[in-house]
Amino acid sequence: MKVSLFITCLCDIFSANVGKDTVEILERVGCNVDFPELQTCCGQPAYNSGYVKEAKQSMKQMIRAFKDSDYVVGPSGSCVGMLKEYPNLFKGDKEWEEDAKELADKSYELTQFLVDVVGIVDVGSTFNGRITYHPSCHMTRILGVNDAPILLLKQIEGIEFIELPVKEDCCGFGGTFSVKNAAISEEMVKEKSQHVTETKAEYLVGGDMGCLMNIGGRMQREGKKVEVVHITEILNTTD
Amino acid sequence: MSIQINESPFQERVQKGIENDFMRQAVSSAQGRFRTGKLTQAEELGNWEDWRQLGEEIRKHTVENLDYYLQQLSDQVSRRGGNVFFASTAEEATEYIQNVIKNKEAKKVVKSKSMVTEEIGLNHALELGGVEVVESDLGEWILQLDDDPPSHIVTPALHKNKEQIRETFAEKRGYTNSDKPEELASFSRDQLRKEFLSADVGITGCNFAIAESGTITLVTNEGNAEMATTLTDTLVTVMGMERIVPTWEEMEILVGLLTRSAVCQKLTSYITAYTGSRLEDEIDGPDDYHLVIVDNGRSKILGTEFQAALHCIRCAACINVCPVYRHIGGHAHNSIYPGPIGAVLTPLLDGYQDHTELPYASSLCGACTEACPVKIPLHDMLIKHRQIIVEKENKAPTAEKMMMKGFAKWSSSPAAYILSTKMARLALKAWTKDDTIENGPGPLKNWTNSRNFPAPSKQSFRAWYKEREKSGGAS
Repeated sequence: MKVSLFITCLCDIFSANVGKDTVEILERVGCNVDFPELQTCCGQPAYNSGYVKEAKQSMKQMIRAFKDSDYVVGPSGSCVGMLKEYPNLFKGDKEWEEDAKELADKSYELTQFLVDVVGIVDVGSTFNGRITYHPSCHMTRILGVNDAPILLLKQIEGIEFIELPVKEDCCGFGGTFSVKNAAISEEMVKEKSQHVTETKAEYLVGGDMGCLMNIGGRMQREGKKVEVVHITEILNTTD
Repeated sequence: MSIQINESPFQERVQKGIENDFMRQAVSSAQGRFRTGKLTQAEELGNWEDWRQLGEEIRKHTVENLDYYLQQLSDQVSRRGGNVFFASTAEEATEYIQNVIKNKEAKKVVKSKSMVTEEIGLNHALELGGVEVVESDLGEWILQLDDDPPSHIVTPALHKNKEQIRETFAEKRGYTNSDKPEELASFSRDQLRKEFLSADVGITGCNFAIAESGTITLVTNEGNAEMATTLTDTLVTVMGMERIVPTWEEMEILVGLLTRSAVCQKLTSYITAYTGSRLEDEIDGPDDYHLVIVDNGRSKILGTEFQAALHCIRCAACINVCPVYRHIGGHAHNSIYPGPIGAVLTPLLDGYQDHTELPYASSLCGACTEACPVKIPLHDMLIKHRQIIVEKENKAPTAEKMMMKGFAKWSSSPAAYILSTKMARLALKAWTKDDTIENGPGPLKNWTNSRNFPAPSKQSFRAWYKEREKSGGAS
């Protein structure tokens, strides 16, 4: 299976390891991975702030970048969710409408791709530890991916899975919201951090780097010892 | 009072909300109860998503054919001896009601809870004219005694605790007993009953007006609405022009969605229904009945990308799941319609000028959209508002506009993008210590005030990938 990696700008710049783990996981389950270099950002920071014209410029760049791909797979529910919105945004635009739809149709979030397309839940992880999981809002509510990450995690033998209280609550990231309405965002992430602490888990796992930067950054500030990790790190632990 | 409830700047209101520990505790525990209660109700009913779908279809059909159903409703009410008045503005509505009261030489009005009367500032207008207005809903009555605006559309006094209520009763009505809810309720019952019996005119809002029969239905748990509908000879209904259903059949479906979403009940204790005035062969009903249908900006929403906002059935499900509302409370929204639906509706009804911040006070988590029993895409509408604020209203900050222009250039040029991935770590080096930034520059400061920001990776992913390919790809 030929898979083009959609790395997301956040992972590319801030969390290169998530990208490396994604490549290795995909290869381990038999995919042939390539990385289209023309890709940049999905456009969400501009789109969610109301700058649709500006956002469309990056969206067009992404459409061009993945033109020849069979599957586009990325380690983020939120960024892949943005790709899925492209057809709505280019509706009626003769030049881009069809390509936007094509990209949306062939794009998957990593865990969704592994479970629904590759059809695998055991990716060979030997991870050991007590974990809890934050289902990010865009992964679940925008993209509709609820079970795939849980299935992948729960079948790992060495994992003790603890449910996160009020897990569906937003962590307060919200892209530009986190700086534009920092005071509200802070209260939200404080509450999330409190819930994570209540679980007594050693690791907080998630599938979106934005949320993890937010929760991780807060827990670090509070001096809490919980390790905040992307799901790829768990799935790619093979001793 | 009208749709706006105060004049202080947004961030000040947010801070005030955040610092109000009691309010946050009250809202948080109420949200917790609503969350589990609603899930249980949805589960018990079964096929919740199908019901939501049906709810959306009914609202969509009704609002798309609003002119037809309004005409039908108006004809039915007139046929049943009622007077129908279409008010384009809040002023027209209040003036009409003032005249009804004047013609009756009435001094006292008993009211049931109604958000649209808050929206048009009815109580204030009537009181200016020397009329005494008594709210029959307990929460509204407490707020009225305190001259405090509602902070929630279903449970308006959610921000108050029993100690505060005891103080209000003591100060305003000479209450001397404890803050036990039973004693407080019993006292208010005594007080209110006297008021009800001496009122001259009743005014109610409307949950659903049924077009086929001209019937107004009201959903309450206290039964208080019936005090307004049965005790006086003159009765006035005030309704937003979209609060209509074609027939009793649709009403039954929507009322089930409403009560489950609003108060986690299959049905409320009371569903009150009344139609027109008392006809010759009837034994009850008012002698004089008036239906005031309020536009006040609603028709401007028809035909726009915001039309679905008119589908709202005022259940507050979106408010009850909103994390932003939980932390800042209803008053911070500066609108009698708070929370996600308020952030969507307020700029539409009252303009962007005084409400530019509202659409941004959301992390776009989508909990509201998921909770809405008639599937209004609330968080998408917030993005649409932001787009209008940027493109049409031109109210976005200059620095932000420049940043977004920069973003467009950066993200549409792989060369610029690749350069930035190489430079990012270097650019933030001065602020980085042990791979983390505790005190960032510029807009990053807002972030690092309360949390650490990660340093960019030593090597970008794409640089690593390139190296890996050069050395022969997968190991």
